[in-house]
Formats: sequence, C-alpha cells, structure tokens
Amino acid sequence: MREELIIAGFGGQGIMFTGTLLSQAAMMEGKFVTYFPSYGAEVRGGTAHCSVTIADTSIGSPVITHPDSLLILNKPSLGRFGPRLKKGGLLVLNSTLIEDETSIGGGQVVRLPATDIAEKIGQITVANIVALGKYLALRKIVSQESVGQALEVLLAKKKKELIEVNKKALLAGYEYK
Amino acid sequence: MKKLFGKPESLTTVNHKYCPGCGHGIVHRLIAEVIDELGVREKTIGIAPVGCAVFAYDYWNFDVTEASHGRPPAVATGIKRVLPDRVVFTYQGDGDLAAIGMAETIHAANRGENITVIFINNAIYGMTTGQMAPTSLLGMKTTTTPFGREAKIAGYPIKVSELLVTLEGTTYLARGAVDSAKHVLEAKKAIKKAFEIQLSGKGYSLVEILSQCPPNWKMSVPESLEYVRKEMMTQFPLGVIKDKTGMTV
Amino acid sequence: MKQLMKGSAALGEGAIQAGGGAYFGYPITPQNELTEYMSRRMLEERRVFIQAESELAAINMVFGASVAGARAMTSSSSPGVSLKQEGISYMAGCELPGLIVNVQRGGPGLGNISGSQADYFQAVRGGGHGDYQVIVLTPASVQEMYEMPSMAFSLSEKYRTPALILTDGILAQMQEPMELVKINAARSGDQSWILDGCKGRAPRKIRSLLMEEGALEAHNRHLQKKYIEIKNKEQRYQLINEQAEIMLVAYGVSARVCYTAVQEANRKGLKVGLLRPITVWPFPEKIIQELVPQVKAFLVIELSAGQMVEDVNLAVNGKTPVYFYGRAGGACVTPEEVIKEIGKI
Repeated sequence: MREELIIAGFGGQGIMFTGTLLSQAAMMEGKFVTYFPSYGAEVRGGTAHCSVTIADTSIGSPVITHPDSLLILNKPSLGRFGPRLKKGGLLVLNSTLIEDETSIGGGQVVRLPATDIAEKIGQITVANIVALGKYLALRKIVSQESVGQALEVLLAKKKKELIEVNKKALLAGYEYK
Repeated sequence: MKKLFGKPESLTTVNHKYCPGCGHGIVHRLIAEVIDELGVREKTIGIAPVGCAVFAYDYWNFDVTEASHGRPPAVATGIKRVLPDRVVFTYQGDGDLAAIGMAETIHAANRGENITVIFINNAIYGMTTGQMAPTSLLGMKTTTTPFGREAKIAGYPIKVSELLVTLEGTTYLARGAVDSAKHVLEAKKAIKKAFEIQLSGKGYSLVEILSQCPPNWKMSVPESLEYVRKEMMTQFPLGVIKDKTGMTV
Repeated sequence: MKQLMKGSAALGEGAIQAGGGAYFGYPITPQNELTEYMSRRMLEERRVFIQAESELAAINMVFGASVAGARAMTSSSSPGVSLKQEGISYMAGCELPGLIVNVQRGGPGLGNISGSQADYFQAVRGGGHGDYQVIVLTPASVQEMYEMPSMAFSLSEKYRTPALILTDGILAQMQEPMELVKINAARSGDQSWILDGCKGRAPRKIRSLLMEEGALEAHNRHLQKKYIEIKNKEQRYQLINEQAEIMLVAYGVSARVCYTAVQEANRKGLKVGLLRPITVWPFPEKIIQELVPQVKAFLVIELSAGQMVEDVNLAVNGKTPVYFYGRAGGACVTPEEVIKEIGKI
C-alpha cells in the first residue's frame, strides 16, 4: 500500500492540521508516513497545501508530483492541483466553496458541502475534518478510530475542548452520502 | 624598601610593536594595572581586535583571544554568556568598533551585556597606514581624505559614547585621554570603574580613550598631543557621559 | 516510542540532547522553526540562547562560546550562511570546534525559500578565505536530523575544526515518525586550549594571525595534516544494492528521491543502486573507487546545477562514465525524472 495525498486550501482552513492529523494517525497504526507542508509567501489568507505519503514500506521523497488523491477545500487550489491528479485518482471537493465543475481530470470526483456541514455542527472551522472524514470513508488507509485517537494526542495540550466537535465532524464526513 | 613602580603582573615582557608616542601602550598598561589591582587576572578573558592592537594578546599576561574585524562584542557575548563569572573585556579601535563593527557594538550594548569595552579613538586607521576612520575630524587629512574630510563626501565624525547614551542597556559610558599624566590617571579611574561595574554584575560599560597617532597624523609627538587637546577634545569632550550606578569614581 | 516530528525541531532537540550549551541565530526562512524551537528549549534547559543582530554576529558568538568551552552552534539558510563564512574561516584558523547548520534554499542572491542543494561547493570547498575544510554531514531523515548534531559536535571537537550540517528546506520542514533515542553528549578531544581564566596555568592565546616568518606556513601544514587524517578516517556513506550496475549518487533530500526511484527501477528488474554520502567532506571517495570496477555508470542527482558531481568525477577519475541530472532554483527532482535519466544511460 502506498497513498500519496495533497491537501490544499486557504491559509486558515486548517490544511496543515489535517495533514498532521492524518500523519499522526498513520504513525499510530505503525505505518510509514511523511508530511511536507508548503505555505504561500503570505501566511494568512494565502494558499496553503501539504503533501502526505502513507505506505507499508519506507518512503523516499516527501514531495508529491502526481498525487493518488486530492483533498481540495477552495477554488484556486482546484485549478492548481486538479491537473496534477494521477489518472484514475480520487478528488474530494468542498462543494460549498467550489461550484466550478469544469477543471477536473479523470478519476473519481466526490463533492461534499464540507463548510455547510461544519456550520450545521456549529463550528465552521472543522470543514477540513469533515472533508477528511469523507476521504477516509473512500480510501480506508487509516481507520476512523485512529484519527480519533490522533485528535486526542494533537489537541490534548492546548485545544482539548475542540476534540469532541472534531470527532463529530469526522463522523459527519465519514457518513455523508 | 617599598616598590614604587614596576611591571604589572598582567603585562608580559614582550616588546610592543607600537610607534613612538602611540597611546596603545599606555592603555594596555592601565588595563593591566586595573586587573592586578582588582585581583582578577586569573579570571579575565580579553578580546583583541583587528587594527594596531591586533597583537594585544602578546602583551597581556592572561587569557586572550583574537576576533575578526569588528566582531569583538559578539565574541565577548559568546564568552560571557557561557562563563558569566569571568571578567570579559574587548579592546577595540575606532574602525573596528564604530565602522565595520557598529552593529555588534550597538546590539551588545543594547542587550546590556555584562562586559567592558575599551575603545581607543585616535581618529584614524593606524594598522593600514592612515585611512579615514569614522571618528576622523572634519578637515582631517588622511590617505583616503587627501583634501581633508569633507562632510558632504565622507559624513561626520561619530561620537560613539554619546550615540550609546540612549540605549537602556548601557550602564557606564566615559571618555578619557592619554595626552597627559593627569588624563592618564583619570582614564585609569574610569577603566577601573568600568571593570568594577562588570564585577558587580551591573552591565555594559564602555570607556572611550582619545589617543594620538603621530606617524599617521604626520605630526611630531608633542604636536599630536596638542592636536588631541585642541581638536579631538573639542569634538569629543572628556568626562562621564552616562552613569546609571551612582557609584563614585 | 515513535513520534511525529519536524526535521528542524528534531535537529534542535538532537543538539540539546548532545549537550549543546549555546545557540545563536538570526531569522531566515526556511530555518526559522529551528531558531524558534531553540529559543524555547534552550531557556527551559537553562542554556544560552541569543537571537543575534545578524548572521555575522551569530557566528562570532559561536566563536566566543566555543573559546569559552561550550558546545556552541548556529543555524541559518543559504544567504545567511554566506554571511557566516568569515567567522567559519576564523574558527578553522583558530582550530575551534562548533556547529553550523545550513538549511539550504534556492539561490543565488535572495533566491527563493524552497529547499535546494546549491551550497555544496560553499560547504565542501572551504566557503570562506584560506586553505581550510569543515566537516560536512548530510542527514536524509528526521531521525538523522536528530542524531547528527551529536556526531557533528564529536567530530568537530576531536579534530578541532568546525562541523557543518548541510540540509535543506524540505528535510527541515517535513515531518515523519522518529524516535528520541539516547544521544551521546560526552565531549571529545583535547580541551587544553579553552579560555576560562588562567588560574593555575599559563595564559592561553587563541589566534590565527601568524606574522612570524614561516609560522603561517607551518600552521597550514599542521591543518592540512589534520585534514588528511579526517579524509582517511571519517568517510561515511550508506550503500543500497551494492551489486548494482547503475549507481545513483545523491545526498540529503535527493537521496530520498533516488531511494524511491531505486525501488521503482528494481521492480522493473533494473540493477540500480544508491550511494548516499553521509559525509560530503570528507567525500566518500574510497567506496566510489571500490565500486568503479563493477558499476557501468554513476548517475549523480542533486538539487543544483551540478556540484557534488565534480567530487564523483574526481573519485572516478574517468574510469567509468558519470552522468548528472539536477534541478536548480529550488525545484525538486522527482523519482519519475530519475527513472527517465536512468533510461537514457
């Protein structure tokens, strides 16, 4: 097994957190993982993306050129990374913020209104976790339970109160049809 | 029989390479006397500059390191932070301290590093044979201001001690000279006070010493002493410029 | 227990566990995380941390802290490391140990903030003025980022010459599982040169100015003798598939790219291997010379316009073809590109 995923969106959408969370969960399952962040020149409001590779064997380059999967949370990122998706790859889109349906290559495209769902949960900032939930339902590279445990590890120190809402978001995404 | 005069223990017997009339030898000795009097020779680490005093490490009988041009305050910072109970001082000329090393000078002072800086201001680059220094006086002829220093082309002489006054990190700033016995004794008092401030952990001290450079000033020794008194002291007045300690000299 | 850690933080923690007593740095991307990490951890450990006013000041603070006997270090990225060269030359001249970390970014000039390997020449050919060498180590994983400062400090003290960890923006910013294994913090080498006050001994002087007739030449002979000893004893590398016909040569992040390419090529039945220098000075020339009879071609991969390839060429000495593929300006080579290059041989 080897999965290369790029997660992309606005700075502030929790792109880096999503990547770290997935990486933490993969590590906790004893898998090999690399996480590589990339920021725009501007820190807030600019584009942000990260690359996560998860595999059964040791990983070489942490840089991903043609990802197996894309988790795209805003429109500019679709234009930038859509064309790089591997043939037959998986594209998970945040349809609340991306109406455009043209610039998508081959493969499986899944649209979910991640921001709307997050709003209904009562915490708009967990749209990233909603999208991650859907992605994990489609590509079972790590279990939902591991991500839940990873949430507890990462949020234990400073944001303990956000663990539950994140778990809710994860489940909502996972179960979204 | 009482010994009235002798070589301080903090000086070696190595012969100076300084020119006749130069002030460096006097200041080296003053520092050595002060270190002897304070009984700190075995816990002192000196930093020699690049410039005429580059060989200072040969003349002092305690631990001394070199530093690249302008960087003694950074080197002193590194030493003092690692060994806070040692006595650390830099010995720097005007080019080293106020031109190439001005950033290090200001920031070591601003951090309030608990070090002592002995600053020799002779308004010229001696080692490289007489180029303009940041402290060269207006009108002063040097090998790079052959028509005299003109503000429009080369700016103004920097008053280092006054410049450092506004920095909250500075504790003691004083200016002396070595043109006369009286001034030499006063300079020694200022140097001693600067070291005492460091020993009591009170922070950054700098003593600027106006010195003469007869060969590069193209003057006889008496003429150069006169120049220090008439011209240098007008631009760079002697005295205590800042003293946060309230300690009396 | 494994934990997810960023390369820069791993390096910082590794330096702390190795007994690093003083850190001096100046902000520059992409190594800020290291300076920030040290600002917190060094104070927690009651050690010395200063955000210096410049890279010049930082390296000279390292000089001072080293003079005073501390395990001292600084870190920066390419443009900042250029500024440090003066201080590094003085440290080499004065035979002071110390650690410099270069998180390389794209150049020349201000360049960009992407990972790069364009400072190889600067690192292994001296960098500053004068005939000198620094020991240059190249980590290729977060685990190695953690373990390498200890090795760097030890070698640096043993031979009394600065050591440099040559890494890049990708390795510094990436995260992967690693283990906080026990680190050797024992100081090595002679210490009878440290300046700590001359109590009970003769005063010591540290200097690199040697004006007496013949003195500087003698000092240089002494340095060169030391460098030859390092060359003979300290060449380190990792070799994957020693029976390979095509041997990739790459360090740091390019070695990781090559590792993926090797896996892929082997799947296709190609006899491809990877020689990863761990020290790039001393360059592992002995193993290259040993490989020459069996290897049909060397392919050097770098994130530069071709720098380490010169050292490979020097070692191979024309006996086997040496090919090069690289990308400069902060672009990263991909495994696909490496495979394509292998196909061209």
